[in-house]
Amino acid sequence: MTSEPRIIERKALDQLLEALTQEGYQVVGPTLGDGAIVYGPVQASEDFPVGWTDEQEGGVYRLKKREDKALFGYVVGPHSWKKYLHPPERRLWTGQASGTDFELTPEPVETARFAFFGVRSCELHAIEIQDRVFIHNDHVDEDYKARRENAFVVVVQCGQAGKTCFCVSMNTGPKAESGYDLALTEILDEGRHFFHAVAGSPKGAAILQQVETRSATSSDSAEAEEAVQKARGQMGRTLNTKGVKELLQENPEHPRWDSVAERCLSCANCTMVCPTCFCSTVEDTTDLTGDHTERWQKWDSCFTMDFSYLHGGSVRASTKSRYRQWLTHKLSSWIDQFDSSGCVGCGRCVTWCPVGIDLTEEVRSIREENTVRLPSKREASNGNA
Amino acid sequence: MEDIQRQNVMVPRPFLVHRVHKETEDTFTLELNGEDSAESPPFIPGQFNMLYAFGIGEVPISISGRSEASGGWLHTIREVGTVTRALHRMKRGGVLGLRGPFGTGWPIEEARGNDIVFMAGGIGLAPLRPALHVVQSMRDQFGEVALLYGARTPESLLFEKERELWRAKFGVQVKVTVDAAGREWKRNVGVVTNLVERASFDPAHTVAFICGPEVMMRFSVVELKQCGVPEDKIYISMERNMKCAVGFCGHCQFGPTFICKDGPVYRYDRIRQFLNVREV
Amino acid sequence: METLEPILSKHPFFKGLDKAYMELVTGCAKNVRFDAGQFIFRQHEAADVFYIIRQGKVALELSPPGRPPVTLETVNEEEILGWAWLVPPYHWHCDAQAVELTRAIALDGKCLRNKCMEDHDLGFELLNRLLPVIGKRMEATQLQLMDVYGTKA
Repeated sequence: MTSEPRIIERKALDQLLEALTQEGYQVVGPTLGDGAIVYGPVQASEDFPVGWTDEQEGGVYRLKKREDKALFGYVVGPHSWKKYLHPPERRLWTGQASGTDFELTPEPVETARFAFFGVRSCELHAIEIQDRVFIHNDHVDEDYKARRENAFVVVVQCGQAGKTCFCVSMNTGPKAESGYDLALTEILDEGRHFFHAVAGSPKGAAILQQVETRSATSSDSAEAEEAVQKARGQMGRTLNTKGVKELLQENPEHPRWDSVAERCLSCANCTMVCPTCFCSTVEDTTDLTGDHTERWQKWDSCFTMDFSYLHGGSVRASTKSRYRQWLTHKLSSWIDQFDSSGCVGCGRCVTWCPVGIDLTEEVRSIREENTVRLPSKREASNGNA
Repeated sequence: MEDIQRQNVMVPRPFLVHRVHKETEDTFTLELNGEDSAESPPFIPGQFNMLYAFGIGEVPISISGRSEASGGWLHTIREVGTVTRALHRMKRGGVLGLRGPFGTGWPIEEARGNDIVFMAGGIGLAPLRPALHVVQSMRDQFGEVALLYGARTPESLLFEKERELWRAKFGVQVKVTVDAAGREWKRNVGVVTNLVERASFDPAHTVAFICGPEVMMRFSVVELKQCGVPEDKIYISMERNMKCAVGFCGHCQFGPTFICKDGPVYRYDRIRQFLNVREV
Repeated sequence: METLEPILSKHPFFKGLDKAYMELVTGCAKNVRFDAGQFIFRQHEAADVFYIIRQGKVALELSPPGRPPVTLETVNEEEILGWAWLVPPYHWHCDAQAVELTRAIALDGKCLRNKCMEDHDLGFELLNRLLPVIGKRMEATQLQLMDVYGTKA
């Protein structure tokens, strides 16, 4: 469902934050921190990165002052919403020994209700992709499910794209069409500063009613559409997804894997910033008496040696095999597993790679020197529908 | 609390160690019952459990059978690391944690009316054993049944009494070989693939179940194919690092599959393209 | 006198071999038997015999320095023993000891070599049957070298 669009003036935006807080949501959104735009608690609209933007390129990220006071005038930072839905560290259970027996107590599922403020279209798709892993799967991760079901999603449509963006190629943006509670588009020029707002759910519509708004004119809506269209034309990268599943699966010995391995530091940055990467490990910590123990689930990365450790050694001992695993999983086997690509074209892995490895370039090279015949007549699979 | 615990697939349930049985120098079998000494739940031969030693950690172990006496699950384990060492130290009456059973099993039904060839390498006989138990319980449903079993040395061979029972009482062609032996060993020496020629079965109407080290399984498939067993009648059991066992953690990926839920037992032709890629 | 030809031509190794060649081969053949524990040949001795095993089991052994002898392969009935008679310098590569009572047909290696030299078609037939045995032995050695069942704790 989408409602009739409304307009929230800049000065009334805090009413939206208040309304969410009143409803019991813990509002999290973009803030300035560690020299980047990161997600954290937001109390008021002044907590947003007012007047800041980001410059991105392969291996490059820097903040820059804008000439205006835009709140969402940036692309995406190193964080993604998975830090709230699938936290980097989570206790699964605690154990207490008594004699030869012991008791394990599961960690209660998360009851906090988050309002994600400033979700981009690519990120919304990333959340839906993780839903397939943790909810629409053989087993359900109840903690993830609780966090997800409790979350309120406020999209802020992209008004600009970065040099590492390619959501258009992945069919995941720049405009969020559904799956949100509220979708805002920030309009700012010639002294005007307002948000074009559309409710995408009854929850969203109810919240919107608590905020001072006016109905949007057709020219307001045209302006909002124009902003997103501008972003669409600014994509810094493209990725030809046609037949990419077969391309990668059929080319495990392509020489490009060797050359990318010469540059890859195996640092795992790409997997940490990726909004869909979901791999985790478990660590048991036991106190000195040995009677009290805890199991923690922590983000893990297929770039570590331990990841594939099997009595005596790692299955993927070379950097080549680990990069190949990551990229092949992301763009190819993900489709087999979850019926969608694992990539949303947000460009984070390109930006945050310390040596600027660019997956769009890797795929292009593999495609150019491809010796394997790809499906041509039948519809080749490419991921995000 | 008990109810939540039962629902949460990530939390091990307590199981009682009913018996610890030494098999070889480094291999032992644990017999496990529910905490109220109850019979363990049903499982499909080929499936595995995650066994948890308190305060130490968790490992995936295939179920190697069910105790006729107590109804408990049997797990035959080789001591290779910290957790398996801790499991080896368990005593009767001790408690360990268990999650499972997980994964796919041997499609014994599919073999009905056909010959069956079991090929086992080393500890790989353990995950095949419950399948042999099923075959033994309805022996007349199958034609020729052969167990071709290779191990490193005579001392590392498992389940001698049972192998003799299968041979003598259930008409199973049991052929055993070791990679190397001293003069006191009067039986076969050589690789397990050598045994294929020596067994009698009708390749076109045979289903083969193979379990052992990956290299051994690859060589075995080549041998079986060469003598005419169709690729889609060959099943193998894969192994990778495993953490969650339910498809969340990503560790056990093998090509586009998750060994914890799409495996460990796979039909060979479905994973053939990934088996010969190094470090996949 | 009854010849060994019917027995030889039934052995899997000679399956399908032309009757004329079968007769040539039989001309080099004699019956042998070895008791359990008896050595059939020793490493580095001249390899002048090609054994066609009819019954029993033979262990191929190596003696590593300072360690007891180790068996690397056993050869059973319906299989063949030894190919060193065909490859210079015609010396055995290991010891062969009968594990149990073993009956075999011994073919004179020199005699066979000469016949192969005289008739290359026969030589091709025999090589064609021996090479897979040698190839398989090499593959087995590779597999054994990998020590796939492992012992490291």
